This record gives sequence, C-alpha cells and structure tokens, in this order.
Amino acid sequence: MARIGVFVCHCGTNIAGVVDVTRVAKYAETLPGVRISVDYKYMCSDPGQNTIIDAVKKYNLDRIVVAACSPRMHEGTFRKTIERAGLNPYLMEMANIREHVSWVHSDDKELATQKAMKVMEMAVAKVRRSEALSKMFASIEKRALVIGGGIAGIQAALDIAGAGYKVVLVEKEPSIGGRMAQLDKTFPTLDCSACILTPKMVAVSQDPNITLMTYAEVVEVCGYVGQFDVKIKQKAKSVNSKCIGCGVCVTKCPNRKSLSEFNEKLAPRKAIYTPFPQAVPNVPVIDRETCTFFKTGKCKICEKVCPTGAIEYTQQDEIIKEKFGAVVVATGFNIYDHSNYGEYGYGEIKDVISSLQFERLINSSGPTDGHVVRPSDHKEVKNVVFIQCVGSRDESKHRPYCSRVCCMYTAKQAMLLKDHYPETQSYVFYIDIRSAGKNYEEFVQKAQNDYGVVYLRGRVSKIYERGDKLIVKGADTLSGAQVEVEADMVVLANGLEPKANAKELAQLFHMSYDQYGFYNELHPKLAPVETAISGVFVAGCCISPKDIPDTVAQASATAAKVCALFSKEKLEVEPLIANVNQLTCSGCETCYNVCPYSAIEMEDKEVRRGDMRHVAKVLESVCKGCGACVGSCYCKAVDLKGFSDRQVMNQIETATTELSTND
Amino acid sequence: MKYELQLKNIKEGFRKDVERLSQQKISNCYQCGKCSAGCPVAYAMEYPPTMAMRMIQLGMHDRLMSANTSWFCVSCETCTTRCPREIDIAKVMDTLKIMAQAGKYKLSDNEIPIFDWIFLKSIELTGKIYEIGMIGAYNMLSLNPFKDVFPMGVKMILKGKISFIPHLIYNPIEMIKNIRMFKRIKKKDRERIYEKNA
Amino acid sequence: MLKVAYFPGCSLSSTAKEYDVATRLVCEDLEIDLVEIPEWTCCGATTAHITSELTAAALPAKSLIWAEKHNMPITSPCSACFSRLKMAHLNMEKDPNLKKEVEEVTGETYNGKAEVLHLTRVMLEKYGLENIKAKIKKQLKGLKIACYYGCLMTRPAEVCENDRVENPMIMDNLVSALGAEPIKWYYKTECCGAAFSLTKTEIVRKLSGDILKEAKTCGADLVMVACPLCHSNLDARQPEISKLLKTDLNMPILYFTQVMGLALGYDYMDLMMNKHFIDPKPLLKSKGIL
Repeated sequence: MARIGVFVCHCGTNIAGVVDVTRVAKYAETLPGVRISVDYKYMCSDPGQNTIIDAVKKYNLDRIVVAACSPRMHEGTFRKTIERAGLNPYLMEMANIREHVSWVHSDDKELATQKAMKVMEMAVAKVRRSEALSKMFASIEKRALVIGGGIAGIQAALDIAGAGYKVVLVEKEPSIGGRMAQLDKTFPTLDCSACILTPKMVAVSQDPNITLMTYAEVVEVCGYVGQFDVKIKQKAKSVNSKCIGCGVCVTKCPNRKSLSEFNEKLAPRKAIYTPFPQAVPNVPVIDRETCTFFKTGKCKICEKVCPTGAIEYTQQDEIIKEKFGAVVVATGFNIYDHSNYGEYGYGEIKDVISSLQFERLINSSGPTDGHVVRPSDHKEVKNVVFIQCVGSRDESKHRPYCSRVCCMYTAKQAMLLKDHYPETQSYVFYIDIRSAGKNYEEFVQKAQNDYGVVYLRGRVSKIYERGDKLIVKGADTLSGAQVEVEADMVVLANGLEPKANAKELAQLFHMSYDQYGFYNELHPKLAPVETAISGVFVAGCCISPKDIPDTVAQASATAAKVCALFSKEKLEVEPLIANVNQLTCSGCETCYNVCPYSAIEMEDKEVRRGDMRHVAKVLESVCKGCGACVGSCYCKAVDLKGFSDRQVMNQIETATTELSTND
Repeated sequence: MKYELQLKNIKEGFRKDVERLSQQKISNCYQCGKCSAGCPVAYAMEYPPTMAMRMIQLGMHDRLMSANTSWFCVSCETCTTRCPREIDIAKVMDTLKIMAQAGKYKLSDNEIPIFDWIFLKSIELTGKIYEIGMIGAYNMLSLNPFKDVFPMGVKMILKGKISFIPHLIYNPIEMIKNIRMFKRIKKKDRERIYEKNA
Repeated sequence: MLKVAYFPGCSLSSTAKEYDVATRLVCEDLEIDLVEIPEWTCCGATTAHITSELTAAALPAKSLIWAEKHNMPITSPCSACFSRLKMAHLNMEKDPNLKKEVEEVTGETYNGKAEVLHLTRVMLEKYGLENIKAKIKKQLKGLKIACYYGCLMTRPAEVCENDRVENPMIMDNLVSALGAEPIKWYYKTECCGAAFSLTKTEIVRKLSGDILKEAKTCGADLVMVACPLCHSNLDARQPEISKLLKTDLNMPILYFTQVMGLALGYDYMDLMMNKHFIDPKPLLKSKGIL
C-alpha cells in the first residue's frame, strides 16, 4: 500500500478565497493510502516546503500530491522539495486547483470546492501508480552547422566560433554576403551596407574555428540533437585551391551570355565568375550551364590564362558527410516576383523595376557605377514613382502579410535618389506607413519634409507605357482624387517571401513551416529562435520578413542557444518520454509516421532469441513526450513514462465516480 | 468636414443587407484605393468606390443611397479584377442598384432605372430587344424625345441598322412561357430582397 | 466538322447585322458549323444583372441548357452575350441556391456542363491558328491594327481563361497570323462606356474618346473589335467624339470577322462594310487590300 501525503495550498486568498481548502484536506484523509493531509497558506514558501519534508520523514511517505497552482508554475519547485526529502522527484503529482478551479469558478464556491476535491482525488489516483524515473543523458558533438551565408548566418557563425566551438558555414552561392551585400545603404542610419558587412565576411574567412563551404548545399539529414549526421553536396567549382583570386580568368572569359544574379539581371556576367569583387572566398566558379567549353568542348581560355593552374574542368560534385551537435538555419528570403502583376506590366515593362534592382542601380559598384538610369534606354530619370505592397498585403496574390521592411527601404531609396540627383522628384504610393523601430518614423518624416518626397495614399491600379514615359494610374484616398503620374521609372516595393526551396530544406529537418514556407518557431514569443526540433535553431527572414537589426539579434540569439547546449558535457533529457515494448510491437510504423519530432526509429532486432523483427525504438534524447505514438499504436506497445496508461486510466475512473464523501 | 457620423445614424442592417445580397464580405475592404484608382467613371461619381465601400462598412445608407455612385458604375469589372482583398466590387455596385430598384431606397437616378425597365419589359414581352420601340419609349419617358435622333438615329435607319419591325420569338407557346418565367422571377426576387423566407 | 451552338444576340440581328453576316461567311470558309439556337431569348445584357440576379442567370440559362442537351460548345460573337452566358454558367456553379431558383423559374434542369466560348476562342483554340493560316488568300500587309478587347470578354479573370486578363493577346495573335501588324498599346481592355450609350452618353463620349485618341497616338490604322456595343460606341458615336475633341479622328472600326473576311478574299460589300459610320474604304484602298 502506498503511503501518500496530500498538501493543499491556500495561495493566499487566490485559492482559499473560493475553495474551502480545509474541507479539501479533510476529504483527502478519507482516501485510501493517504496518511497525512494538511493545508497551508503558501506551500511554495520555505516553511511550506519544510512542512512537506518533515511530513515525509515523520510519516514515512513515499508519494506526494500538492494541490496548488499549475504544474507549469511550481512542478519543478516541488520535485526538488521531495528530492531533498529523499524521494524520487517523479513520485510527486500536482493537482491544479487554482487555474483550473478557483480562478474560473469564483461564482460558485460550493461547486468549486467539490471540483477541487475531485481534482485532488484524481491526482491521488494517478500518483498511486507513479513509478520512480531516473534522469537521462545524451552525448553532444560540439560542432555547429550554419546554413545560409547571409548576415544572419555570418553573425551566428562568428558568435559560435567566438565562444570557441567549431562551425561549418554552408552557402549555396559562390560567395557569402547574401542579400545585404546587394544593398546600397541601410536605413535609418544610411550606413553603407557593404562597408559594415565586408569586415564580417572577412572575419568569417579568417576565423580558424569556421570552415566555409560555398557553392554547397545540405542534401540529407539524419540523427537528433547532439548527433546530427548531415550530408553536404559541394558542387564542382571547376577551380581548385591553387586559385589566388587574381581574376584574369574572369576578365578573359569571352562568354557573357548569362545575366548576373547578384546584379538582379541588370548586367551580363561571364561563365566563370565571382558574384562581386569583394566576394568571400575570392575564388571564381564556372557556371557549367553556360560555359562554352562544357557545352561545345572548345575554348579553355581560362585554363590558358590562369597563372597558377587552378582551373580543373574534371572536378566532380562531392558529397561530404559531417556530424554536428546543433544546426542554425538562416536561409533568408527572395523578393516577390512582380511578373504576377498584370496591371504592372507582367514584368515586361523594362523601366518598372524591383526594389533590389534599384539598390543595384544606385550602388556605386553596381552595373551602372551608381548612375540611376532607365534599363530600357539608359537615360537619366526625373520623375520616379515608388509603389508599396507589391506582393505584400495582397490576398489575391496569396501574400496577405506585411513584409515589414518595404516602407522603410522605400523612404531610403527615395532619399538616396534625391541625394544623388537633386532635380528628381519621387512619388510614393502607399496604403499605410509602418515605421515601428528606433528612429524609423523620424526617418520617414524626413523623407517627406526634408527631401520633398510626395506620399500618396492609395494602391496603383495600372502602369502602362506611352511613348518613352510610364503612365501610373493611382489614387489618393485622403483627398478622394484619382492621380495620374507621368514617370520615367517605377520602382516596386517587392514583398519578401521564403526561398524557393525553403520547404524542401524544412522537410530534411522535419521542421514545420507555414503556408508560405516560412519556418515556424517553437513559440512565437517565448522561443522565437527555437524550432520544434531540438538542436535546430532559426534566424532571420526564413522565419518571417524582418530588418537587419532584428536579423542580427536573432542570429546572436541562436548562437547563445547553441553555446548553451554545447556548454554541457552531457545533455540532460526529461525522462517523461515514450517507451516501446518491443516484444509486443508489430512493426507497423504507424508511430514512426505520426511522430512530429522524428523521435522514433525503426530497427531490425532480435527481440527474443531467434526472433528477428522489424520494431520501433524511441530515440530518448529526441522524444518530447507528446504521446502521439501512444495514441496511434494498434497493439498498445508504446507507453509514456509519467503518463502511463495505468496512471491515466486511474485518473479517468476517479473522475467519473461520485465524490465518496459523507459530510 | 461636411458630415458628422453619429452612432444613431448608423444602420447595421444596411451592411448586412448588402453583404447578404452580394455575397461579398465588405468588412474585408482595407481602403487601399486601388478600385478608385482604376475606375474609368470615378471622375463622375460623388463618392469613388473606395469611399462607397467605407460607407457600407459604417452603415451610412442615407449618404450612399442618395448619391450617384452606383448608377455611374459601368460594370467594367476593373475593380473586381484588381482588388487585393478579392471583393467583387462591381457586384456590390449591382447590389446597391438592385436594392434601390426593388424599392428599398429612393432612386437617386432616373435614366438607368427607366432604361432598365424598358429593356427588360421588351425581353419579357418579345423575348428580344426591339430597338426602335425601346429608344422611343426611353426618350419619351426620360422627357428627351429627340435625343440621338439626329444625326445618329437617322443615319442608323438609313444604313438599315435599326428595323421598325420587332424581332420576336415566333413560337407563341415560348412567348407565354417567357412571360410566366418573368412572373415567377419577380416573386422570388421580392422574397430574396425583403428576406421573406428568413 | 466543328459544330457549335450559335447565340447571335439581339444586336447582331439589327445594329450589328454586318457582324453576323461576316461571322457566318468566315465560319463557312473555316468549316465551322454554326447551329443557331432556336427560339433563343435575349441574354439580358447590361441591364438584367443590375436589376435582378435571378433574371440575369435565368435568361441565358435557356440557351445554356439547349447547348448542353445537344452536346455542343456554345458561342456568341457578341462580347456582352458571351459575358452573360459565361457569368450565368459560373454563377450557377458557384451558388447552388441560384441554380435551384433558375431551374424553378425556367422549369428545366441544368447540369452545369455547357462550355461557353467567345467566338475568338472557338476560332483560335478549337479550330486553330495554324488552320486559319492555311486558309488565308490575301495577306493584310501594311495594316496597323489596334486590337480592342474591352471589358466583357476579358473580365472578371475567370472569363478570359487561357488569356491574360490585363494584356490579352488572342486577337493580336490572330492579326499577326493574317499578315497585319498588331500595334502595342495599353488601352486594349479599357472600358468604352458600354451600356451607357443611351443613358449617360457624356460618359461614353469621354471613355470612347480616350480609347480612340490612344489608338491614334499609338499609330493604328484601324481598331478591331469583337463586340457590337464597343463598335457602336466607337463607330456610331465617333462623329460626336471628333467634334468634342475638335479633331477628325477618322478611325475605322471593324469587327474581327470582317478583318478575317478580307484575308479570306471577301470584298467590301460581302462584309457589309458600308454599314459603318466611319467608312474603311479609303484606308483599305490605300493599303491595296481592296
């Protein structure tokens, strides 16, 4: 027979104001197995906890029920209390008579008291079947994988490496730098983007703790927190490590058929190229899709001119296997493709450009050396129209969300244009100005007041060409007027969306994502850089659109999470996890398929001598104890420690019986 | 400000009526102005479409139903096609006209209701449109008997574009069926607009 | 032989007689069998849908049901009729309650199977552009044509199906196939004022005037249309518009089947071009087409 102690908390008047706690305690004494029952003003206080410890010793108790607040609040507190009293911490149950009773039933004290008695009785019924559980530990591979070499990935890698841990930074493009490298200036301080980014890029290449893998992609992931097995595909660069980055090959390459991705297709690029002069690593790659040699077998000019013999046409794609303890995913964003907007010309009007194209045009190292000219005829511009919310706040384009940064970068672009060309006039069509951020609102005001940018409140209905002008048909809803502007160029504020292959990458890690492909955080407020997968963290625009400061803050937050994980010798894991009885498991894989955390592994095992079977196994360090597998198991082979079928059935049976009270 | 919006003037039933009859969610409108920007007739409207949507949201039936806005809607559907909130604005305009023509509100336009009546009467009685009769009747009823007679009307007759003989459904049984159908439609319309079944 | 249920519509038997005649001539050459729906009633055009949703669906429903019964796609050369047929079909598909009411008032059942096509689509997609090319007798070289689609064959987006709603190309492709040059312009789908012709004429003069001005500015020799409403606004109202704008626009407006007819070798009178207010004869003569 169990020896159970019940401790009922008043929580000041929080509980005692509604529930008759004395009656609850009295009722507990009548239950089988209960040796002692007391009520106290604050059970969580030192005297309260000492009451429990003393009672355990005095009455030789082996199980405890605390009827108080939510386990979310004080389960940890009381587990430690009974551990101090010499009991296994998992032999304690909490009965929540505050959030579940007194706070929600203050209108009927009698019924509330009866419910409190029942809730307590259920906890007693459960604890009777509780078993001692021991803490679990797993080993940690103290190396981090960072996916994505934009500002988020760079920051995360630098911070983790700075703490002394090894990092592998994987980037799909031939250089790190990401979107930030494409920008001209940054709002609201107008710092030069490259000037603040390039030192960090160089720091990455020089950090002995960071291994940089560019032109590479993650292709397969197995394992779990502390032990991820990752396969990375290193695409053939066709240039080997002898390269000194002199750039002769790029200059001499006769093939200019491709358009530069870095310059947003505003300029051609060679078949052998680095995306931009400050690229890290400063090693070109050959684009085999367009290279004359790879297509026709003739040319080889780059090989001839290379002074160090670094060109290697025979290089093959390589799969590299690595082990990591934690992963930071920072894959960033694409801008919305405005060719879906028929009313803005289906992307076919040359002088209707995207915001990133404008960044490249106004950048002094861009394709026009910083001259803002029309892509169609290279003429300079006078009247420029900026249109906000293109692919944002638009249900008809399946992009109902606000992209957060467009209001600000549009104000910045209009100001930069005026700085470069004082005789230009900018018009901004907007719906609402969203400028929440330090010095952001002031920045937008400055654009209007000091730079004379005309803000018109209304979405543009249509853009069309007439002669060499663009006619922009919009409205200003504040004055109730239709507005027609004859513009030389139109800059669209393209919204932000996840990378095209964001979903595929998420599926490799079993991360969840929303309908657009943005990654889901574990908790949007309290765990904003964690994911439902232990050891996988996310930062930057792959979660949702955000600006550079927020992205950098998130990146550093992931680094802190990774470092905290790596600071431990072993990984402590809650023992409240699933457990498979392999003798009764039929190997149907249902649990394997329903597990949201990839915590079930199928193995072929000799469960009894001569009985080789395909059975499920719980990966203890991955399991979160959600119970999905328990519910799905056809042969009741899975059980949850701390919530065993016997415990839960006992609780339910108690819940459905009358209060066995004689008062 | 010409108008003070007082809570007691707000008629919630107006918004609900429009939403029910048009099957459009008016509260979805976030006033971006794209409909007004592209509307070819907004220049002639007392309130552009964006404002009309706002007035429905706020239940300002007295203002909106006494304005010319819906009557000047030419049903080109530019607004509907481009609305980022996927509201069929043209259909909302149709609904306002249907509500007014069903007698729910005072008509704020003469020309279109008269034309509609003659047009549909022509279909009801002949199954088709009888232009000369229709134009004549319209000109008489709109008190502008010589509108478009010279030179366009005369030229049309000379070019044989307008005939003096009505085109009919020749089969008398079909004609009777047609008239009966109109009768049934009228009954159902009344029920729908005045929510007789609800 | 391609059999199609033909809904000519009221205008084609009066103000747009020439469109009907040209359409039938061209279809005969292309071996498209136009089966006129017997006892068709008016589609309700521009007035039914602003008076009663049920009327707007019930009037075209009778023709839809006939086409469904006879298992033929249904077409109309008139954009307004096409639009009403298509919208009635789509609205009944979207709103089962409306379909039920339509069936009650018409006393017939509709299974939602009619395929409603604009005549341009019957020719270019069902019959095929390549097949049309093979039939051409005379290339319309040197003719700059502004293809004007208007509202009713393009909006809402559901009715223009395979084509782009903002910059449709179906007529432009046809014009290119006939050897003429479709001009690049952006007023293709602007509204001409449509049903306001009699009621709010001042609006028609402004909207149609804008379209004609734009066509002229973009260098068009003529405007090609596929709708008798657009035609009467752009053609019959053109003298008034010219007077209003204080210029002589002199912009011939031709139906697309008339333009096709020219390429198939028919002459001025065959295609009843004498019915137009703006006579295209001088233009066509100067280009050596007549």
